[in-house]
Amino acid sequence: MSNDIALQAIDLVKHFSTGSSGVLGRATNIVQAVDGVSFTLPRGKTLGIVGESGCGKSTLARLVTRLIEPSSGSVVLDGVDITNLSGKALREMRRKLQIIFQDPYSSLNPRHSIGQIIGDPMRIQGIVTRPNEKAEVQDLMQRVGLNPEHYNRYPHEFSGGQRQRIGIARALSLQPSVIVADEPVSALDVSIQAQILNLLENLQKDLGLSYVFIAHDLSVVRHIADQVAVMYLGKIVEVGAAVTVYSNPAHPYTKALLSAVPVANPSMRGLGRRIRLVGDVPSPIDPPSGCRFRTRCWKATDLCAAVEPPLQADGAGRVVACHFPEETPVTIGQSPV
Amino acid sequence: MSNEVVLSVKNLSVVFHTPDGDVAAVSDVSFDLRSGETLGIVGESGSGKSVTASSIMRLNNSVTASTSGSILISGVDVLTADEIEVRRVRGSEVAMIFQDPLSALNPYYTVGKQIAEAYLVHHPHVSKSEARAVTLEMLKKVGIPNPEKRIDEFPHQFSGGMRQRIVIAIALINNPKVLIADEPTTALDVTVQAQILDLMKELQAEFNMAIVLITHDLGVIAEAAKDVLVMYGGRVVERSTVEALFSEPTHPYAWGLLGAVNSLSSSGRGALATIAGSPPSLIALPSGCSFNPRCAYASDVCRTEVPLLRSIGLQGSVTACHLPDVEILSIGHGVASR
Repeated sequence: MSNDIALQAIDLVKHFSTGSSGVLGRATNIVQAVDGVSFTLPRGKTLGIVGESGCGKSTLARLVTRLIEPSSGSVVLDGVDITNLSGKALREMRRKLQIIFQDPYSSLNPRHSIGQIIGDPMRIQGIVTRPNEKAEVQDLMQRVGLNPEHYNRYPHEFSGGQRQRIGIARALSLQPSVIVADEPVSALDVSIQAQILNLLENLQKDLGLSYVFIAHDLSVVRHIADQVAVMYLGKIVEVGAAVTVYSNPAHPYTKALLSAVPVANPSMRGLGRRIRLVGDVPSPIDPPSGCRFRTRCWKATDLCAAVEPPLQADGAGRVVACHFPEETPVTIGQSPV
Repeated sequence: MSNEVVLSVKNLSVVFHTPDGDVAAVSDVSFDLRSGETLGIVGESGSGKSVTASSIMRLNNSVTASTSGSILISGVDVLTADEIEVRRVRGSEVAMIFQDPLSALNPYYTVGKQIAEAYLVHHPHVSKSEARAVTLEMLKKVGIPNPEKRIDEFPHQFSGGMRQRIVIAIALINNPKVLIADEPTTALDVTVQAQILDLMKELQAEFNMAIVLITHDLGVIAEAAKDVLVMYGGRVVERSTVEALFSEPTHPYAWGLLGAVNSLSSSGRGALATIAGSPPSLIALPSGCSFNPRCAYASDVCRTEVPLLRSIGLQGSVTACHLPDVEILSIGHGVASR
């Protein structure tokens, strides 16, 4: 049973303190970046995490890969609690859980050749030995669509899309079981985005990888994800099968988010399908009481301010944190995004 | 047509001189824009869309860049006019908003001061209190809540969407005829993007201004533009109405772009349509049509001759492709209906 679960987050919390240290009696501000997030990633599947800037999705990526330490909660990888690992056990865990970053420019060391960037982690983890390192690296380069003859080149000699392929090859070099991809295509041009998404899907099929795929672009997530979690101000407000969430969103925020995506079809212009959210996302330093979305929600009542809605199943296969979930499916000619 | 032409670009070419060689950033771009209309310019990074925009404001360095052609704004050719004349045109006739609203604002001055400054430059005899009143009015128009208080706040105290509203306020304070918007919503979240696009539409109707909307997002084009230029490798490869671009695209590059977007928006999980390869280096553009190395339909003539823009179809589209009309129209229909 637990063997079918690749990665699990249990009630993860990350609070950052800002401002003065409080030594002089001044109160510090606590940014509640991630506040009680749980999810389960089945093996070989893709969990998409969407939300606007500041919703905590990148913090969540860093928490599950243990690049930062959670304030509380735990992360379970392949049935092992990795929250408190250190030393050798931590290094072994890092082999199985790799991350791909958004910016293909700043995530590669400009002074290292491609051979070093992909080969070093393999040697350090003891996956290859010096004599066959080059052959292994070139094999990986081929696999991600890079020319193996470019083994000795440096990052600046590659385009954005090729650099992202290098980042993917580096993540794959350790034969991980789970890859966390934090906005892996948002810095790329549309035509290149499609190439990278196809590559990620093919690799998943061939190697049985599980992905946590974080993005703000709803159509990208719709394409690649099996399950989708929608985050708002540090919490998951809705989670479910991608098909369900996109065609029949339960949370008002999900519905508003989907309706805001521009449709690449001029004949649908001005059909009034857009829900116009007023204002901005509140500060995570002082989030609203009760439901965090209530300050921008057109359905909010006194109940929403007083009682925080729990994330629970609604009977229609949707898991949502809302006192008044949406009933009607969104009816949009083609498809919303 | 009651709307007058407010911006007329003819045969614009821009070459940057770099240590690695000359970069042909923009080649032979022409278009007209009428008041109250929105022209979308779409293309990938390095397609020349931003350089076209900065040329209209004459922001290119005259030492490192050679610019030829003409850009007429209200009868003034900004490429040949003297600096005093260009300063008058900049701001009052044509204004620009940028992708990143944080770096477009000065962190040391209150937003009120920055908006009023733009007004005072073009209205030197106005008192400061009058300028402040105009600024306050503008803040209300761009939808800043509680403007009386926020006029004295600094850029870091605003969110990304609110900052973009401030930048729009600065751009529109002198009631320009043309607004150049270079990726105005790319740095913003989708819900905020929707707010800003709506705001631009409202203000366009109110001021009857023309907008040049530069973006890589075909969804934004579909929502906001009337006509579209598709750019590739520094050239216009297709010019059409927004309806024609989506119902009858006429250039293989446009087919690739639409194919990628359409396959992404369909609910299927199959492989996405892609354009093979990557955009060309502007230092060493391929001979002939610069799209030919990535084009599935390229033949020998594409590798030797640059295709000229020609009209095609019944929707007034113009395309730069060597393929015969019949073939273009049938493939274009196929791509659009996929």
